[in-house]
Amino acid sequence: MLDLSKYDSLGAALRDALGHWPEEICLIEADRDHERSRLTYRQFGEASEPVAAALEESGFAAGDRAAIIMTNQPRWLISAYAVFFAGGILVPLDYKLSAAEHLQLLAHSRAQVLFVDYPLWRAITQAPTFREHRLQRVVVSEAPPNADLAGGLRLEEFRATAAPKFRPRMRTDTACIVYSSGTGGHPRGCVLTHDNYLEQCAAVTPVFPFRPGARYLSIIPTNHAIDFMGGFLMPFTGGGTVIHLRTLRPEFIREAFTKYKITYMAVVPLILKNLQRGLRERFAALPSGKRKILDALISVNRALTQGKPRPGLSRVLLKDVHKAFGGGLQALLVGGAFTEPATIEFFHDIGIPIYNGYGCTEACTAITLNDLRPFRPDTVGKPVRGMEIRIEQPDADGIGEVAVRSKTVMSHYLDDPEMTAETIVNGWLRTGDLGRVNPTGHLQLFGRKKNMIVTAEGKNIYPEDIENFFEGIAVKEFCVFAANYIWPNHSMTDEKLILVLHPEPGQPVNDTLLKELSRRNAQLLNYKRVSGYIVWDQDFTQNAALKIRRPILAGLIGKQIDRSAMVSL
Amino acid sequence: MKTIEQTTDEVLNLAAAHFKVSRAELQPGDDFYKKLGIDSLQALELLTRLENHFHVELPDYEVQGVSDFHTLAARIQARL
Repeated sequence: MLDLSKYDSLGAALRDALGHWPEEICLIEADRDHERSRLTYRQFGEASEPVAAALEESGFAAGDRAAIIMTNQPRWLISAYAVFFAGGILVPLDYKLSAAEHLQLLAHSRAQVLFVDYPLWRAITQAPTFREHRLQRVVVSEAPPNADLAGGLRLEEFRATAAPKFRPRMRTDTACIVYSSGTGGHPRGCVLTHDNYLEQCAAVTPVFPFRPGARYLSIIPTNHAIDFMGGFLMPFTGGGTVIHLRTLRPEFIREAFTKYKITYMAVVPLILKNLQRGLRERFAALPSGKRKILDALISVNRALTQGKPRPGLSRVLLKDVHKAFGGGLQALLVGGAFTEPATIEFFHDIGIPIYNGYGCTEACTAITLNDLRPFRPDTVGKPVRGMEIRIEQPDADGIGEVAVRSKTVMSHYLDDPEMTAETIVNGWLRTGDLGRVNPTGHLQLFGRKKNMIVTAEGKNIYPEDIENFFEGIAVKEFCVFAANYIWPNHSMTDEKLILVLHPEPGQPVNDTLLKELSRRNAQLLNYKRVSGYIVWDQDFTQNAALKIRRPILAGLIGKQIDRSAMVSL
Repeated sequence: MKTIEQTTDEVLNLAAAHFKVSRAELQPGDDFYKKLGIDSLQALELLTRLENHFHVELPDYEVQGVSDFHTLAARIQARL
């Protein structure tokens, strides 16, 4: 792999990577059961540099911002490299957000240029707030012939013939603005520098070394810090191949393992559980004799791999199981949300190394990684190279807020000095998660200090952002909390949002109100919905600015009402 | 050509059979995540079943943000 200490920017490192292994395959695009395209590193450069030239020709200056809203596909990376080549700042947005949310974040980031998939652009143009956008140029990928692009240009036509001029950047310059969450009024735009990314990439690559021939299956959205690192920076700086699958159907993901002999894949817990379910069903369908043999082999494998993973041995012992994973799988990296130890254990027992970790966008991906030496599924591993961890104000059990300090910690939140000051204190990033470092140096997590949830898909949801969707409901006041914030239970799983209703005196919670709550709730994306409500008969505690004092209110509710009082919505 | 009511009915039948719930409990306006107790990947599995049944291809993006049977049936209907 490239020695990243020699580079000042992602653009410079990526440009060298293209020249380093020009004839190696860098990208494969697959859709369902057929392959769409393959690009070598040389061809990748030939596809992106005319886009960089077109950006420069259109007046895009170094330090200007360009957003990407695309599903996982080669044009995502082509556009991103073109932006870095032209010295721009990349704003990768989650393609799963609604059109209104996309417009909100485009406005917040002040992106001048947008690279977007056609179906997503079509949805954006139909949003009520579309006309308010301030984008200077929109470049649309894969638009059908004769489609109305509402002022957008086709990506295949957005190219200049003159050679682009590479614009160097410094390590301290901003590389990306990444939204860790926060639509609905309080966007959290993490401003990450080239230094943040180069340091993180150098720290994580020794655990997952890429070389020509190593193949990464990209299914976590590329805007997510994990895929941006594992499905772009790491494979490119090591000469590996990224496979983009244009569908997330589980049956095609399974097929891709064998078809492309995948080396690494990063998954969120939801996908890992789906793979586990599929395997369990397969095991359960075996005739009883074969099942007994399989169980015995799994026991042997478990005993032989406690100290460290032995993929070669596991592949021999559990040949049929491993065949389904293509036979070349070195590791599955699971992140984005907390993974239950039992799920990690299931894969470990069948000899599929699962590297669970812990991180956040604010720290540029990984803070800790479990290196399986030895296997400790009850923890999220040890700090990655260059990462310092400190437990703030530990209680008698050693549990306190996890704070981290490293070169990978973001510069600040975009346009939010107040939130930045609350989050980065004396150089330490306060994660808002509760943890303990055990004597072997492994970090164990015990719930959250902050009022938020993370879904199994790796989405961070802040209750305050959900409140907008319930604005105007017929009660005296209301607010949304993470249930575990009201009733702390030291758990990182099964996190729920709960609506606290304070009706007018004597007002019943009747069918009309409940129907309205259900209607509003159904308009939210499924992972953002509140699970239930409780009724609270006292005025909310407020500060002088009439903002709810959430920690105090949560404490009062937690003392006076039991979790079981929650009524499902 | 099927009517939207027929398509919706067939979607409900298939969902009930695939996730082993009583057909009588499913209504067109129901939220399928909630009613079937499924996650987004299981919803994609259902989509594959529906594609095979109706002989249409539904790209993943077509059902992004869709969570009720009726809208799902309408997306299928548009491609029949």
